[in-house]
Amino acid sequence: MAVRKLAPEELQPESFVFSPDTEAFAEQQIAKYPPGRQASAVIPLLWKAQEQAGGWLPRKAIEAVATRLDMPFIRVMEVATFYTMFNLEPVGKYFIQFCGTTPCVLRGAGDIRQVLEKRIGDQNHVTADGNFSWLEVECLGACCNAPMVQINDDYYEDLTPENFEKLLDDLAAGRPVKKGSQIGRNTSEPFEAVNTLQDPSLYDGSQIGTWRKRFEEQAQPAGTGEAAAAVASVPQEAKAAKPTAGRPIESEVADTPAERAKKGEAPVNPVDQKEAADPSRATKVEPRTEDAAKPAPQSGKSYVASPGGGATPTSPTTPNAGTPPGQSETRRDGSESKPGVVVDKDNKTS
Amino acid sequence: MLHDRDRIFTNLYGFHSASLDAAKMRGAWDGTKFLLEKGRDWIVDEMKASGLRGRGGAGFPTGLKWSFMPKQSDGRPHYLVVNADESEPGTCKDREIMRNDPHLLIEGCLIASFAMGAHAAYIYIRGEYVAEKHALQRAVDEAYAAKLIGKDNAHGYPFDVYVHHGAGAYICGEETALIESLEGKKGMPRLKPPFPANMGLYGCPTTVNNVESIAVAGTILRRGASWFSSIGRPNNVGTKLFCVSGHVNKPCNVEEAMGLTFRELIDTHCGGIRGGWDNLLAVIPGGSSVPVVPADQIIDAPMDFDTLRGLRSGLGTAAVIVMDKSTDIVRAIARISYFYKHESCGQCTPCREGTGWMWRVLNRMAEGRAQKREIDMLLEVSTQIEGHTICALGDAAAWPVQGLIRHFRHEIEKRIDDYAANPHSESVMIAAE
Repeated sequence: MAVRKLAPEELQPESFVFSPDTEAFAEQQIAKYPPGRQASAVIPLLWKAQEQAGGWLPRKAIEAVATRLDMPFIRVMEVATFYTMFNLEPVGKYFIQFCGTTPCVLRGAGDIRQVLEKRIGDQNHVTADGNFSWLEVECLGACCNAPMVQINDDYYEDLTPENFEKLLDDLAAGRPVKKGSQIGRNTSEPFEAVNTLQDPSLYDGSQIGTWRKRFEEQAQPAGTGEAAAAVASVPQEAKAAKPTAGRPIESEVADTPAERAKKGEAPVNPVDQKEAADPSRATKVEPRTEDAAKPAPQSGKSYVASPGGGATPTSPTTPNAGTPPGQSETRRDGSESKPGVVVDKDNKTS
Repeated sequence: MLHDRDRIFTNLYGFHSASLDAAKMRGAWDGTKFLLEKGRDWIVDEMKASGLRGRGGAGFPTGLKWSFMPKQSDGRPHYLVVNADESEPGTCKDREIMRNDPHLLIEGCLIASFAMGAHAAYIYIRGEYVAEKHALQRAVDEAYAAKLIGKDNAHGYPFDVYVHHGAGAYICGEETALIESLEGKKGMPRLKPPFPANMGLYGCPTTVNNVESIAVAGTILRRGASWFSSIGRPNNVGTKLFCVSGHVNKPCNVEEAMGLTFRELIDTHCGGIRGGWDNLLAVIPGGSSVPVVPADQIIDAPMDFDTLRGLRSGLGTAAVIVMDKSTDIVRAIARISYFYKHESCGQCTPCREGTGWMWRVLNRMAEGRAQKREIDMLLEVSTQIEGHTICALGDAAAWPVQGLIRHFRHEIEKRIDDYAANPHSESVMIAAE
């Protein structure tokens, strides 16, 4: 917690009236919330009032918001003092919020702080020309681009003392500056070493709709042996036993690592594969196959039978038309803890 | 390395347009109506089956959370609230989703709301993310214009999305504090029960989900639970955005399979540790709230919920903060303590008083100006904060300190010895306040 108080009386303006722009904004914000819940708009309105008042919140502005929202003054006052982005004292034209939390410190935020202290002075001190003031704030959520500062609304990332000094020079001289990364990164990609998201088929629209074959295949009447659907190696034999007509694809899910492996593509990293082969890390299949054994014989006839048993915790409580029996089988592969996790009791008590 | 085709966030780095048309080309909003027609129960079951665990830090199964919402409305409206108050130090993944792939999020909001019978979703975005707020609002407006959402939309399910803007309070990332804040109050967490699923926003059934958990929903439903759960390791499945910061050569966000090893994550995407692997000191694997893990334990550990919990840490938000041997580890953790002191909402005494106390003591320890018995006292106090507060901020403040003492007690003791050995040192003037 931090102690936050309103600015001393001598700094407080005589009055504060919503500009037409602010008033229009207020109306638009209040409309977002159900009738009678206009208090929800208090933060957006305080934002707008702060903007109108030149970057800080005078007492009169807080009062104006309270009146507009039909809230007691103290309720708005406590919001204004609780949230640290509401400045209770005047700030510079360029208000610099300097991120001083550990991830930025590790990347050299200390040097950036020295620049600020050298050029501007102490925190919360506005320079004589009214241009700059700064404040150390907590993590601004751009840790992959550390160190960084926020100046008014915009982030300036990947700072070094040199490019930060230049940035401040440019701002002071009114020259245009570049937002975001100061070293030429686009966003938070590994700088000049992007090795992911290179597949052009992701962007040309060719992947649209490919997932649907999974559903087309499920729309077919479910036969026996669907339990094996998740295992990529079975289809070859299974196919022979069934009429091929009308069965577009036996069992592949549209695009999985397993399917890719069959095609001879590199499905997953070799390291992952090695891990998967490691018996100590293998999924414990035992309880699951046991579980699977129960519904499987029934599923060939009617899957409605399984809720009567009520023994399988993972099966949906309300079987939905269109959910084939094979479905629950696939699901059980998903996660080890599921039988333990699905506790309906929680549902009722919570 | 995860195959490009298995990545959900295909515009993570913003090399492509974030507009609706471009997002559709990448597969967003593809057959959403078809998915909704499969029904509420199918969606929830599929999400449960996918094994998706919430991406906001706690790792609670998302599908299960959705199933907690009342099946029938008792007359009160239902709400979905998306937690975009991303403030955990080290975490910067939701920002990329909101500015580069916002349509995945909006589509996910529609699907999740449909599955929970909600007709309105609020996206609570942190105050500092002004550009991201505009990017998201732009995408929402596009979706309204294209009649993908709105009162009378192409999906036949009346649904509104509202972007709400916070004002810089870490505590609002806690779900009930977020709800309080959304109602226009101070962000002070509520006691549970009642849980938000019964009584949340405006006293109505509400589910609060992280941005990433919601944004992956559309793709999971399209590609299938079996696809998602085939990636990763048992109980820790799927893909995850990792935010790697600190002392690596190329810090970055990257989507990877859960359970890849730390070494692989760093070598494949981040250009290695600054100064090589021998220079690694410790790693905070899941945002500042989780305890630090020393180098020898983390290097070959799979990055997933269960393994890291086994190392007495956690995956959290998968914000990997890497520290090499040049790091002053005591100061680094003391700075984290300052963060919690600053962000404590002040509601519960153990947290309000304890976070500041721990910070002051750690600060002295960073200089060596302390007694060795104070190390145990600090540990003791941290356990009195942990678990004795309404929300988890008290725990989150205690864990980094406990992790530091667990693994780096020798470092603190060395500082104290060095300070004591210095003939010019002044005696300890300030007691623990």
